[in-house]
Amino acid sequence: MLRTVLHLAALLALPPLLLGVVNRTKARFAGRAGPPLLQPYFDLARLLRKGAVYSRTTTWVFRAGPVVGLAAVVAAGLLLGMGGAPAAISFTGDFVLFAYLLGLGRFFTALAALDTGSAFEGMGAAREVTFASLAEPALFLCLIVLARATGTGTLAGMLGPGLVAAWGQTAPALLLAAMGVFVVALAENARIPVDDPNTHLELTMIHEVMVLDHGGPDLALIEYGAAVKLFLFAAIASRILLAPAGEGALAAEAAFFGGLFLFALGVGVVESSMARLRMIRVPQLLVGASVLSAFALVLLLR
Amino acid sequence: MTAVAQLLDLAFILVVVIDFFLLSSSRMGAAIRVVALQGGLLGVLPLMLAPPGEPLGHYLVLAVGALAIKGVLIPWLMFRAIREASMRREVEPIVGFVPSMVLGGIGVALAFAFSSRLPLPEPSAAHPFLVPTALSTVWTGLLLVVSRKKAVNQVLGFLVLENGVFVFGLLLSDFMPIMVEAGVLLDLFAAVFVMGIVMFHINREFSSLDTEKLSALKD
Repeated sequence: MLRTVLHLAALLALPPLLLGVVNRTKARFAGRAGPPLLQPYFDLARLLRKGAVYSRTTTWVFRAGPVVGLAAVVAAGLLLGMGGAPAAISFTGDFVLFAYLLGLGRFFTALAALDTGSAFEGMGAAREVTFASLAEPALFLCLIVLARATGTGTLAGMLGPGLVAAWGQTAPALLLAAMGVFVVALAENARIPVDDPNTHLELTMIHEVMVLDHGGPDLALIEYGAAVKLFLFAAIASRILLAPAGEGALAAEAAFFGGLFLFALGVGVVESSMARLRMIRVPQLLVGASVLSAFALVLLLR
Repeated sequence: MTAVAQLLDLAFILVVVIDFFLLSSSRMGAAIRVVALQGGLLGVLPLMLAPPGEPLGHYLVLAVGALAIKGVLIPWLMFRAIREASMRREVEPIVGFVPSMVLGGIGVALAFAFSSRLPLPEPSAAHPFLVPTALSTVWTGLLLVVSRKKAVNQVLGFLVLENGVFVFGLLLSDFMPIMVEAGVLLDLFAAVFVMGIVMFHINREFSSLDTEKLSALKD
């Protein structure tokens, strides 16, 4: 219980720090000192102090977009058992709800983008949902692999103590699933091989296009929601990989928080060492992730 | 499971993952390097599969031979062929990357699902992943041979096909005399050599390695 509360506090407080670690890693690779680790917090505070301007062509959908987006990812975080501890809410089949809560957030962000009536933002929304529709099968296959390996139907159970035993028997399948989750995480969070979070006003960007018309507190909610989403995927991926590291509560906590930063470091390294893929190659990457996860499932089922 | 058994699992899985990578890779240099890596992995496999307590000599010769020919010599020849032909480094597939990856995935799934029902001489003695890995690698090689336009890629497909046959041969390495294996490796070397010459001639005749041009009639 205490651990669950601690994890929920981490879910609310730590996400911008993860972004800070990613940015610091990228800066170090480029030979720069980089912004302070806490810069994302300052950015959020600055955005929250600003006012918001709304176009007359927009409706309530535009204002609801950022709120629903943030609420959906935080609610998804309630379902996630972090570091092997039980989740706040847990029932059989909740991993489907988890995936579709992320989908709901994306849906409202895309709707808000379409609501502005800008052709550019509509294009971004089309790209986002196209790639998301390819990432979703990969995510589901990975979750099914976890469900099969641990023999449970709840998200908290899949990432719970059963995972340690599963590593002893089905290590290759779990490794493949972790690779699949990592690729899905890069795609879902608009990181580099799929989308560049730093580009603005470029015809190749995906996620950043959709939020061009949001400003002030709305933009702060969107940025914070994106960071929380990164945190969720970091929690899943690091738990799959680091499950055998610790059985006791303290060791599991250390593995969990260490894993989060290792994940952020990994994202930073990928972003520094790879170029963004051409748009037509992105579906190939995502289908590749699906094929790998399907292969993991076949290994478990045989 | 022991550490060796886990490593062996991982090596087999890596061979299959390399198959997937080859089906989706558009860079020729990367594809050649990865085929070399697969060859090197195959070189290590006989040592890990060797039953404990037996003299390692036979397996050692097999491993070193595979490593030298598959991992070093043939990739070097392929890079040389690319350089000599000064060709574009992009793979041009007839079947697109995504469909060929999905086809490969289906083949691998079938291989892993049904290989345990094949009537093999000694099914119990072998590693459970050995036969499906061999079948999926053969299937990948076949796909690469028929679905790529450039002669270099077709040779790569042939190499992958042969890698699959090599894995399957490990099943029989107990009763296979060393001469047979040496003969297979020599055959492979000769085949790649001949294909290198053929590629050179295609390149000189059409100033490209696109095999589709072979079907066009000339005066």
